[in-house]
Amino acid sequence: MQSRKIEQRFRIIRMLVAVVIALTIAFGFVCFVSKTPFETMGNFLFGPFLTVRRLGNIVEMTIPLLFTGVSVSIMYSCNQINMASEGGFFLGGVAAAYIAVTFALPYGIHPLLCIIGGGFAGALVCGIPAVLYVKKGVLPVVSSLMMNYVSLYLGLLIINYVIRDAQAGYPCSYQYRDTAILPDLFSKTNVHAGLLIAVMVLILGYLYLYKSQWGYCIRMIGKNPNFAKYSGMNVAGTILGCQLVGGFVAGMGGAVEQLGMYGRFQYQALSNHGFDGVLIAILSHYNPKFVAPAALFLAYIRVGADIMARSSDVPVEIVYIIQAIIIIFVAAERFLEGWKHREIVKASRLELEIKGE
Amino acid sequence: MVNNEYILSMENITKVYSNGFVANKNVNFSVKKGEIHALVGENGAGKSTLMKILFGHEQPEEGKIFYKGEEIHIANPLAALDYGIGMVHQHFMLVPSLTVAENMVLGMEPKKGVLFDYKTAVERTREISEKYNLLVDPEAKVEDLPVGFKQKVEILKVLFRGVEVLILDEPTAVLTPQETKELFTELLNLKKNGYTVIFISHKLNEIKEICDRLTVLRNGKVTGIADVSDITEQEISNKMVGRNVMLNIEKEKAKPGSSVLQVKHLSYTDMHGKQVVKDISFSVRKGEILGVAGVEGNGQREISEMITGLLSGQTGEILVDGKALSGASIRDIRLSGVAHISEDRMTYGSVGDASIEENMISERYYKKEFNRNGLLDFKRIKECVNQLIQNYGIKCDNKDAQVRTLSGGNIQKVVVAREFSSNPKVIIANQPTRGIDVGASEFIRKKLVSLRDEGVGVLLISADLTEVIETSDSIIVMNNGEIAAYFEDASKVDETILGEYMLGLKRQSKEEAGGAYYAE
Repeated sequence: MQSRKIEQRFRIIRMLVAVVIALTIAFGFVCFVSKTPFETMGNFLFGPFLTVRRLGNIVEMTIPLLFTGVSVSIMYSCNQINMASEGGFFLGGVAAAYIAVTFALPYGIHPLLCIIGGGFAGALVCGIPAVLYVKKGVLPVVSSLMMNYVSLYLGLLIINYVIRDAQAGYPCSYQYRDTAILPDLFSKTNVHAGLLIAVMVLILGYLYLYKSQWGYCIRMIGKNPNFAKYSGMNVAGTILGCQLVGGFVAGMGGAVEQLGMYGRFQYQALSNHGFDGVLIAILSHYNPKFVAPAALFLAYIRVGADIMARSSDVPVEIVYIIQAIIIIFVAAERFLEGWKHREIVKASRLELEIKGE
Repeated sequence: MVNNEYILSMENITKVYSNGFVANKNVNFSVKKGEIHALVGENGAGKSTLMKILFGHEQPEEGKIFYKGEEIHIANPLAALDYGIGMVHQHFMLVPSLTVAENMVLGMEPKKGVLFDYKTAVERTREISEKYNLLVDPEAKVEDLPVGFKQKVEILKVLFRGVEVLILDEPTAVLTPQETKELFTELLNLKKNGYTVIFISHKLNEIKEICDRLTVLRNGKVTGIADVSDITEQEISNKMVGRNVMLNIEKEKAKPGSSVLQVKHLSYTDMHGKQVVKDISFSVRKGEILGVAGVEGNGQREISEMITGLLSGQTGEILVDGKALSGASIRDIRLSGVAHISEDRMTYGSVGDASIEENMISERYYKKEFNRNGLLDFKRIKECVNQLIQNYGIKCDNKDAQVRTLSGGNIQKVVVAREFSSNPKVIIANQPTRGIDVGASEFIRKKLVSLRDEGVGVLLISADLTEVIETSDSIIVMNNGEIAAYFEDASKVDETILGEYMLGLKRQSKEEAGGAYYAE
């Protein structure tokens, strides 16, 4: 009982210590680069909270990360290193763009169809590496990275040749029909209705992974596939199923991002949302419950870095250093292990004393 | 006291493992130069520990080792090799993707400047291979070689390092009869060249065939040292198996009903082409515990895994309650009433990183009673799991404790609680009490007997003879993938009798052994 509590507490402590260390190192860099390090750091840390628009920026940036974070959490819980969320997010956006441009549908139904279409595109992208793994033993870490390129160029093919707006001065699709656009929720910001969908996905993702029989299977297979097989679970089917679900969520994210933030499809490269999803999933221990804070945090330091870059002489790259340091410390399982071990020993001793042994 | 007749002697070796298990107690073991010396004993008798000490894998608590008249200390395997003591492990330690020559010189590669000189490696491998008449192609990839050749490579590798004393750990366990024959010629050849061989085995006919002297271990103690020519196989068998402890399981005589599990003409050939199960037939009847005795590796594991669906590709038929299982999924097999205690509780039986609760619902989570509104009904699950924890006396903080934090006995109780409460008609219990404490073992055996009394059929596979005899109602003995004997009344046999059949000294006629099968 005790040791479990201590382990949980240490997860949080480890995360906080990692953040503090990362920020300290970042400050070191800032001192090195900037003539006004304190002001710059202030802009970075507190800038995002100063105006409603900036707060809005954080939320806008969080929305797609919630989708990819949940997507990767689902796929990784089954111990499948599937990186195709990136391609799934991109192709999901393309599919949504196609539907948003091509079909004339009423309000309400149009975005819904776009998002579902995006979901199917994402499921396809993430499903192919899973099929290859289950049928042929191809490790998804390789095939999924390749899938990302397939998705990128397939998507660009559609954007640049099928729905390209030749009148625009740059490569992009036609404008989305008004019926497809997700409306903004608050004035002064671009926070759009996709937030509600993201929160729904977050809740459903949690119920799916931690409260349903499918999630139970996914997690057991992720921890010990032999045990799952011995118990009579359908190991291959579950692996395939959860990659499809994960891909669907990533594709939905791509669709929502397009319909909420853009008027036409403008990406000409992968957007990196899928890889950010990996990062968030690791920070949140593959639990959708913790995806929201992880995504908010990531969005916050990105917005802070943006403000810092605009208002001072420090480039935005600093934020990637901070990110990397945090991930290294959080991923380092044995970081602070000695301290944790001593705490557990102390607790067990105390428990023995209480029992009078 | 140093006797020059012996090239190697170990005196008063005592080894206690950190979990308190005493593997060797005052063991004396001596080998003469140029002999093939057999080290004999049941599983867990302490043979492997003794050889690990000799090869530097383990350090003894007490005792001395003399080699060529001088006391030596063997800190690690490299030191052992330096002294000239080499070991060929039962599981080959070769790099499959490299060639024979590359494996041979691993760690002492010939060099040309800074580059690896592959040509010389091949040359030297060929030389040594011809010198000892152990012919292998130096440029073949190890993964492409059959098992017998892999073993040759292992032996050559040891010889290549200038070894004079060779330890072979159950070398014939993985070999086909032809390969075994070949190995023996090679060993006799080595002996002729003045090498000393320590041959670990429990196959008495093989020992009789090629060994000069033998040392028998039982329960970590030496029970006999003799010249092979002076001792009968019968006597060796008696020294190997003996009653260790009385279990005294109180049970009434079984009242077996109709057959609930029928195995007909079951055969299985493994990936190396070795037939490990040969046309066996038997039945487990309702309200009966059928014990399976045998030295490990004689087909018992395969039988249990074929019945439970983990292994496929067999020929023959398996019926549960009269229904054929061929092609059924593991879930179907479980649904038809088969429960399975796997011999490997950490690989198959449990998930160390999951909670007791998650471990206990793995075969029933999908059932209606544990689901509500499309989600798992954690209230019901909690009730069920807490009930099991209480009924099976599992020592833990609560149902959320990680299984890996429990003791071996409690982990096994988690497995057993899940399997026994799955409403089984047949229980396949493979080594249900291996490596766990006395209390938990006794508990599990008693549970098996009480389930039997409720009409469940039990197939009890165990390497612990005492357990088999005292828990079972009837017994079959496995030897070399076949049923060597069937005893309808387990109370009429003892370790000595079983030992003779287990070790292949005796064999019942087809008709007698066929008594294990009941059509009804």
